[in-house]
Amino acid sequence: MEFGFTTAAYVVAAVLFILALGGLKNQESAKRAIWYGIVGMALAVVATLLGPGAGLWLMSLILIAGGAFIGMQLANRVQMTQMPELVAAMHSLVGLAAVFVGLNAHIEIGRVASAFATAELPFPQESYGALSGAAKEVADQFRGFAAIVAKKTGAEITILRIELVLGIWIGAVTFTGSVIAYGKLAGRVNTAAEKLPGGHLLNIAAAAISVISLIWYLGSGGFFPLFLLTLAALFIGYHLIMGIGGADMPVVVSMLNSYSGWAAAAIGFSLGNDLLIVVGALVGSSGAILSYIMCKAMNRSFVSVILGGFGGPAGEQMAVEGEQVAIEADGVAQALNEADSVIIIPGYGMAVAQAQGAVSDLVKKLRAKGKNVRFAIHPVAGRLPGHMNVLLAEAKVPYDIVMEMDEINDDFPDTDVAIVIGSNDIVNPAAQDDPNSPIAGMPVLECWKAKTVFVSKRGQGTGYSGIENPLFFKDNTRMFYGDAKASLDKLLPLID
Amino acid sequence: MKIGTPKEVFEGEARVAMTPDSALQLQKLGHDCLIETGAGSKAGFADADYKEAGVEVVKTAAALWKAADVVAKVRQPDATEMKRLREGQTLISFFNPGANEAQMKSAAKTGATVIAMEMIPRISRAQKMDALSSMANIAGYRAVIEAGNNFGRFFTGQITAAGKVPPAKVLVVGAGVAGLAAIGTSTSLGAITYAFDVRPEVAEQVESMGAEFVYLDFEEEQQDGSASGGYASVSSPEFREAQLAKFRELAPDIDIVITTALIPNREAPELWTEDMVAAMKPGSVIVDLAAEKGGNCKLTVMAEKIVTDNGVTIIGYTDFPSRMAAQSSSLYATNIRHLMTDLTPEKDGVIVHDMEDDVIRGATVAHGSEVTFPPPPPKVAAIAAAPKKEAPKELTAEEKAAAETAAFKQQTRSQVTLIAAGGLAMLAVGLVAPPSFLQHFIVFVLSVFIGFQVIWGVAHSLHTPLMAVTNAISSIIILGALMQIGSGSWLVMILAALSVFMAGINIFGGFLVTRRMLAMFQKS
Repeated sequence: MEFGFTTAAYVVAAVLFILALGGLKNQESAKRAIWYGIVGMALAVVATLLGPGAGLWLMSLILIAGGAFIGMQLANRVQMTQMPELVAAMHSLVGLAAVFVGLNAHIEIGRVASAFATAELPFPQESYGALSGAAKEVADQFRGFAAIVAKKTGAEITILRIELVLGIWIGAVTFTGSVIAYGKLAGRVNTAAEKLPGGHLLNIAAAAISVISLIWYLGSGGFFPLFLLTLAALFIGYHLIMGIGGADMPVVVSMLNSYSGWAAAAIGFSLGNDLLIVVGALVGSSGAILSYIMCKAMNRSFVSVILGGFGGPAGEQMAVEGEQVAIEADGVAQALNEADSVIIIPGYGMAVAQAQGAVSDLVKKLRAKGKNVRFAIHPVAGRLPGHMNVLLAEAKVPYDIVMEMDEINDDFPDTDVAIVIGSNDIVNPAAQDDPNSPIAGMPVLECWKAKTVFVSKRGQGTGYSGIENPLFFKDNTRMFYGDAKASLDKLLPLID
Repeated sequence: MKIGTPKEVFEGEARVAMTPDSALQLQKLGHDCLIETGAGSKAGFADADYKEAGVEVVKTAAALWKAADVVAKVRQPDATEMKRLREGQTLISFFNPGANEAQMKSAAKTGATVIAMEMIPRISRAQKMDALSSMANIAGYRAVIEAGNNFGRFFTGQITAAGKVPPAKVLVVGAGVAGLAAIGTSTSLGAITYAFDVRPEVAEQVESMGAEFVYLDFEEEQQDGSASGGYASVSSPEFREAQLAKFRELAPDIDIVITTALIPNREAPELWTEDMVAAMKPGSVIVDLAAEKGGNCKLTVMAEKIVTDNGVTIIGYTDFPSRMAAQSSSLYATNIRHLMTDLTPEKDGVIVHDMEDDVIRGATVAHGSEVTFPPPPPKVAAIAAAPKKEAPKELTAEEKAAAETAAFKQQTRSQVTLIAAGGLAMLAVGLVAPPSFLQHFIVFVLSVFIGFQVIWGVAHSLHTPLMAVTNAISSIIILGALMQIGSGSWLVMILAALSVFMAGINIFGGFLVTRRMLAMFQKS
């Protein structure tokens, strides 16, 4: 069963997917690139339906249409602030699908083997190549994937089993991990880093069980070891993500993104489908790079993020001296009216308070008065890589005034007013000043170098990492307490 | 107390030390205000305006001097005025105490108190009463305007249908308050502006105003202006030579020169020599703000405008603030008013002349029948001395090259190790794995490589769309499910069907949400 047309279509689809990702290098080409991705996907699905997937067309189409309906609803209803949750939830779907497809592969091997056994023929085949007449007859009963399986040799079947185990394992970790990540992001699961008693020993035990089950499964080919392995993987996914605190969510989400890619690639191997392998590898490496960028932005190693939580402080942290000085809206307004240059540093708090619209209105007003207003975005601001950019874009803030940390950090000394809206750790000077701080060495936005800093914050609590922020105690810092949106709404009419 | 302002008697002086606005503020301090009739007329303040502000208009200067407890004026008093000064009276004025010993002595003898406005110390607290700065600001602005008035071309470069206009090139020598004001005015008019100062630390201020700082190729440890309260001091002969050489090099290109270089209590240094003037193009303009102290250019004639033989206009006016009397009066009156605020701590109209206060002590030149000039150095340093910066160790070219080579070698080594290890691992896999696996494996490895190359180029701001789109395309797993759904086994079919359904959600959800996000990104 060779489908020249399908393979050709896969080649085109693979190229389209690469272009789709490559096009994201800037905002304008991205709008075109997304169409490459859509066309590539459509091509791949149609080619598969025409080729190796030719079985239950009607049912496939109905299912896709059903999925499409739900998918569209989700995509249109979701608020931009809920983006991290949505992405995490969708990762879990990919993970679960990978588990199912892997299980199917296992079942198909069993079916083929039993068919051969009934016909009293050896399975798998001893040598690679043409089947004997009788075996061909048996193999021809099968369609689709099973037909491919029937032609495999012994070594190939072993490899296939390893591949499908990998697919199932990664898929299962992705599934529970994403569900927990979704829960944390949506606030349905406690966002603090939590571990069951035993901590990493449990993870290690689960990993050991997985390895033993793999060996067992390769020997016996039975379902039970596979089931055990799936359970172990589900546990690892759950426990690993439970142990990671809210502030590390950008890394977690991109890591899960990476896993879902690797799962697809592993399934691609077991199904012998090159397009799955190509796309899986693309997605996997994309997620891996994103995780790496996020870790670097926090000056932490990937391993320490994955193993969860901040390490204990290395020594006595510097005591913070001074007091937090509060200010009311009219004071902020006066400073803004007098300022020439303003830099706004948004964080997760802005997303929580849904304040991006109010921020955008403020920026419009200030810009209309000829002030130089820009945004400084820390790489790990928010709960998803690039989260703030998307929120600001939603609020129609032009993207050319939205700057990265490296682009804008040197400009703070020349800035009249820096406004920190719902961010904390990413503007914490302790990262530079206090070698004993848990975030020591993490690159931060040096907003305290601006002439005046306003911090819009709910109350006097600490950030996600639970670290005291000396910024709030600096002489040129004024605390603008209250919900970010309510505060900005109060501020807006006072800007003239 | 009664605060009075007489009409300025100095020829051509249009400023006035009290405005209706400042009078209102003074009255809030509990003082009464007097003004000589017509004192504000040249600055645009009519007697009626003063009356409206509650100021008593006095007919003659003599009557005013007699009635007022505090006399606030602008120019140094003349002989008649000195005679009118009486015991217990306070005079607030420019006084030129460095070269005015006779008047100081006579004031002390009379028993009057004299506060010299130019002696207000340059500390942050006293900036609000620093009349030298407020007047210098006006002088700097006006210098550019005067230059423009005498300059036959545009400041800004234009390309018009009637031909191309090159931008004017302006050199500001001395970046004090006047210099910075001149720089600001000149750049905002569109001229290409250069500025020079002996204090290299002002380069940043100059650049912040949009001008280019002229650096000298000079090795000597340059002076730190903070040691002398922010003013320039005398420079070494070698430094001067280097400076003049630089000016000589610039002179032929410069259209407008504004010199503001003054050293406290000394004659102005000669910075723009005759040969530089000769080298300038006809039609060029020099504005010498140091004319009163002899001028930074020796050709300058004080209080006059001359044209040299080669057609260079040299403006030596000394009354720039007076030429903008309305503006300068209101600033000067505000300075006086701030000083009065400090002198009236209780706001009850009672003046407390606190000789312990740095600002008041510094500015008082005669008090309690004694000459109190020069004042002791202020307790607060005017400007914090810049901390000596440790220069980072400069690597020599060889060291740099060596470091680069070492880094390159290190990189090569790690890359080769990685490739070798990877290659060996591949070989090991190849020994056991069937060829069909290896075919797919090649595809896999290449895709990972492409993935890494492509993703590094993705813009930071598009990371969320990237995640959404990779999420969408990772549902390519639907292909696996589609291949299995046609299988004969119902269990496989159900699982595959579920997978197709979930992947379907993902495909549409992922792509649509990405599109939604991307559509939001817009340029301003």
